[in-house]
Amino acid sequence: MFAYIVRRTAYGFAVVLGVLLLLFVLFFLYADPSEMALRAVGEKAPPEVLTQWIVNHGYDKPAIWNPEDPADTLLVEHFRRMLTFDFGRSDADDSPIAERIRRGMGPSLAVTIPIFTIGLVLGIGLALFVAYFRETYIDRMGVVLCVLGMSVSILLYIIGGQFVIGKLLRWFPISGFDPSPSVVARFLALPVLVGLAEGIGGSVRFYRTVFIEETNRDYVRTARAKGCGDGRIMARHVLRNAMIPILTRVVVSIPFLFTGSLLLESFFGIPGLGSMTVDAIQGNDFATLRAIVYIGALLFIVAQIATDIAYTWVDPRVRLE
Amino acid sequence: MSGAVLRMGDVVTSFPGPEGRIPVVDGVSLAVEAGEVLALVGESGCGKSMTALSAMRLVPKPGRVDTGTIELAGRDVLGLSVSEMRRVRGGDAAMIFQEPMTSLNPVQMVGSQVVEAIRLHERISAAEARRRTIELFDRVRVPDPEERFETFPHQLSGGLKQRVMIAMAVAMRPRLLIADEPSTALDVTIQAQILELLRELQRELGTAILLITHDLGVVNELADRVAVMYAGRLVEEGERSQVLGSPRHPYTQGLLQSMPSRARHRERLHEIRGVVPRPHDWPEGCRFSTRCERVIERCRTQVPGITEVSPTQRVCCHVVADEVAR
Amino acid sequence: MESHVLSNIVVASLLAGGVLALLAARRSDLWRAAGGELLRRRPIALAVIAAFVLIALLDSVSWIGGGDPSAEGSVLALHQPRTVIDRLFPADFKERSYSAPLADFEFYDGAPLANPGAHLLGTDILGRDVLYLALKGARVALLIGGLTSLIVIPLALLMGVTAGYFGGRVDDVVFFVMSTLASIPTLLLLIALIMALGRGPVQVCVAMGVTGWVGFCRIVRGETFKLRELDYVQAARALGVSEARIIFRHILPNLMHLVVITFVLLFSGLVLSEAILSYLGIGIDGSWGQMIDQARDELARDPIIWWNLCAASAALFCLILAVNFVGDAVRDILDPRTLREKQ
Repeated sequence: MFAYIVRRTAYGFAVVLGVLLLLFVLFFLYADPSEMALRAVGEKAPPEVLTQWIVNHGYDKPAIWNPEDPADTLLVEHFRRMLTFDFGRSDADDSPIAERIRRGMGPSLAVTIPIFTIGLVLGIGLALFVAYFRETYIDRMGVVLCVLGMSVSILLYIIGGQFVIGKLLRWFPISGFDPSPSVVARFLALPVLVGLAEGIGGSVRFYRTVFIEETNRDYVRTARAKGCGDGRIMARHVLRNAMIPILTRVVVSIPFLFTGSLLLESFFGIPGLGSMTVDAIQGNDFATLRAIVYIGALLFIVAQIATDIAYTWVDPRVRLE
Repeated sequence: MSGAVLRMGDVVTSFPGPEGRIPVVDGVSLAVEAGEVLALVGESGCGKSMTALSAMRLVPKPGRVDTGTIELAGRDVLGLSVSEMRRVRGGDAAMIFQEPMTSLNPVQMVGSQVVEAIRLHERISAAEARRRTIELFDRVRVPDPEERFETFPHQLSGGLKQRVMIAMAVAMRPRLLIADEPSTALDVTIQAQILELLRELQRELGTAILLITHDLGVVNELADRVAVMYAGRLVEEGERSQVLGSPRHPYTQGLLQSMPSRARHRERLHEIRGVVPRPHDWPEGCRFSTRCERVIERCRTQVPGITEVSPTQRVCCHVVADEVAR
Repeated sequence: MESHVLSNIVVASLLAGGVLALLAARRSDLWRAAGGELLRRRPIALAVIAAFVLIALLDSVSWIGGGDPSAEGSVLALHQPRTVIDRLFPADFKERSYSAPLADFEFYDGAPLANPGAHLLGTDILGRDVLYLALKGARVALLIGGLTSLIVIPLALLMGVTAGYFGGRVDDVVFFVMSTLASIPTLLLLIALIMALGRGPVQVCVAMGVTGWVGFCRIVRGETFKLRELDYVQAARALGVSEARIIFRHILPNLMHLVVITFVLLFSGLVLSEAILSYLGIGIDGSWGQMIDQARDELARDPIIWWNLCAASAALFCLILAVNFVGDAVRDILDPRTLREKQ
């Protein structure tokens, strides 16, 4: 078991290196430092200021091979800094990236954690309900509603939510964020509602499929043959077996808790990692983008390792190898 | 006769098809007396498994039992409420299935699954149920029953899994045990052990067994009486010695002649020409008419009625009916 | 070669390819039955999709000339390639700014319109007819779904079959590449790719292709593992049949049902993704997503301007819904269990 964890983690680290390499190719080989400098400092700046900017942001080194000092290349620098979480300063406004990431995590989590937990409970509950009534018109209605829900773009959920609830009904503010505990819930309500509405269709559909697949298995027939009622079958037999595929889906979405929903934060003015990313795109801020994508990937990899280890806990077939 | 543990009268079970419902069990009547073993024989797809599932009201949706009567331990099964039926299942009547690999819950200990079977029908403490389970494991000859209680299905061999299933089924001493191909998925040597176990339990508990199988060797081992099914209908029924020794229906005769053990050295194996028709290809009249060597005109248009060849042997065949009439 | 001629050639070859594929499929009982079943179950959704495809095709065929020389300002138009959809509308259909559907006057100014009562769905901030924009968006949507799938599916098949069939080191390498790509949250990777590659339509499709192939590849790889162990494949190998023949005659045909299911299900996801990219400013010009993005703050005005948003949303929703319904039906029909029963 311990050997398995070690092996799995080692492979995860290899993937991290792979990701860093990919990021290097995308962000360094395709970027033009002089253009970035111009954008940051302004077109009227004198050449020395431009050059200074390039040096400050570390873009002056040769990309892959430096005959004088093989360690002094963009490639090596990139790997070294990412692995030590030394993110440096933003290409757009020189602010320290690591600091901003730390500050941005809070608001992001404030939005995504409610969406995640409520969405999970609601999704599984609704799916159990619909699956219990499978083949009846409750089930068919449920599926149609899910497909309808999934066919609407998240943009429309956001715009619609802001318009109907924010402008027409005036229940919650359209956007903005105030972390003080007395009012923070009012600002979070709308983004959380919209996030839930957008995700519920796909989730219920997925969980329903899992539950129905399990219900068709032989062991459910055996349980029925020994006198188990349908309710008990759902709650005790099907749910436990369905946890395995559900676990995959759930754990895989954990990294998004941190990187935040780009759209939700941007539309609703939440100062989290998501809106940081959107700003970075619009400002061509490669340094910040690099850092955020790297963090996202890192969390993803950690989450996958956690899933694999969690499997051994949930599924006895994997546990006792 | 009131001694019958299971009595099915003209049961029709159907599934939706492209053009209306298809009766996979088409007017089947049979009875299993207390303490006897009735073997229900036929090729794959003849409807024997569905007949068994119908008796327990376990027909998977979208199938359903359309018409007929089913009496289990004297109670009208089709008229019971859902909760009453739940009490019958695992209590008065139990069922074991063909694939032990997939028939047990993979994430639950095998002991717990048997305990569940007990506690669904009797209010006893968990500790008492556990004790009873270990006793049952011992009775079905699971070695080291105490340790085996806490194992998971994937850790057991096919034969052991099937023993666990049997323990689960007989835990409440049912009056009827339905065994759907209990040994088919197992190795030959294990097959014999399982069948032996079933016979012992049957004698000890007085349980009647409805044995579903396609294997005539299994029939020979266990059965007291035999019923033969073809394309959703019963074609012959009688004592084991009668059906296996002197079969009257052309299909049964063909089946027995096709057995390799019956062939003489260097002789071509006998075969029934043609293939089993799919439900949408079922012929009018007798369903075996398209493959029967002794077919007559009437077979193609009229469904044959029941002919009593002897007080204990019945056949559904026009040709046999004509023979008996003479 | 001028771009509109290229576009015409592409359309012609797509149509030819489609016809060939249909002819090939009709020869197989399985696909014919599946097709009939699909028509039976989802006639409306299929009709909707067909309508969108038709509009997209009409918008892809263009040529110069043949306009009405007497219309004002159309001299310029006569020298630009115009598609069939373009020609459905008058040559100089623009207004100055917003106007409500079927209005005679501008929305804010009250000034009379150049084409009063002619704009069925009103005009946008630049005075362009909204119905016209919505129709043109169809081509972009189908381009996104079609072109990207054309990248995703062959790539995933190539990598998946290679990894699944040859196993060993090859599989290790492919699996590592898959893991690396899959480890980066999709939207972030998309953004990174587009920032690097540039913002044209082809680049966006390539970026979506690169982020999208891993999911399907995983399925292909898993299936190929299973297929390789089948008895008749092992028999073929024992008989000395070449690997290439085995792959093309035994493995690939058995993956086709997955290809069809994936293509349909992928389509809606891709179009919705592009809408998000448009919001971020890195989508494709002329898409419904871009229309929605431009219409965002129109709802905040007083009185509100709703026709822009509604037209684009309705078009997007209808297509995605139809594709999703068809996708579900396709998945049920081509479910391996039902396939096996038919065989």
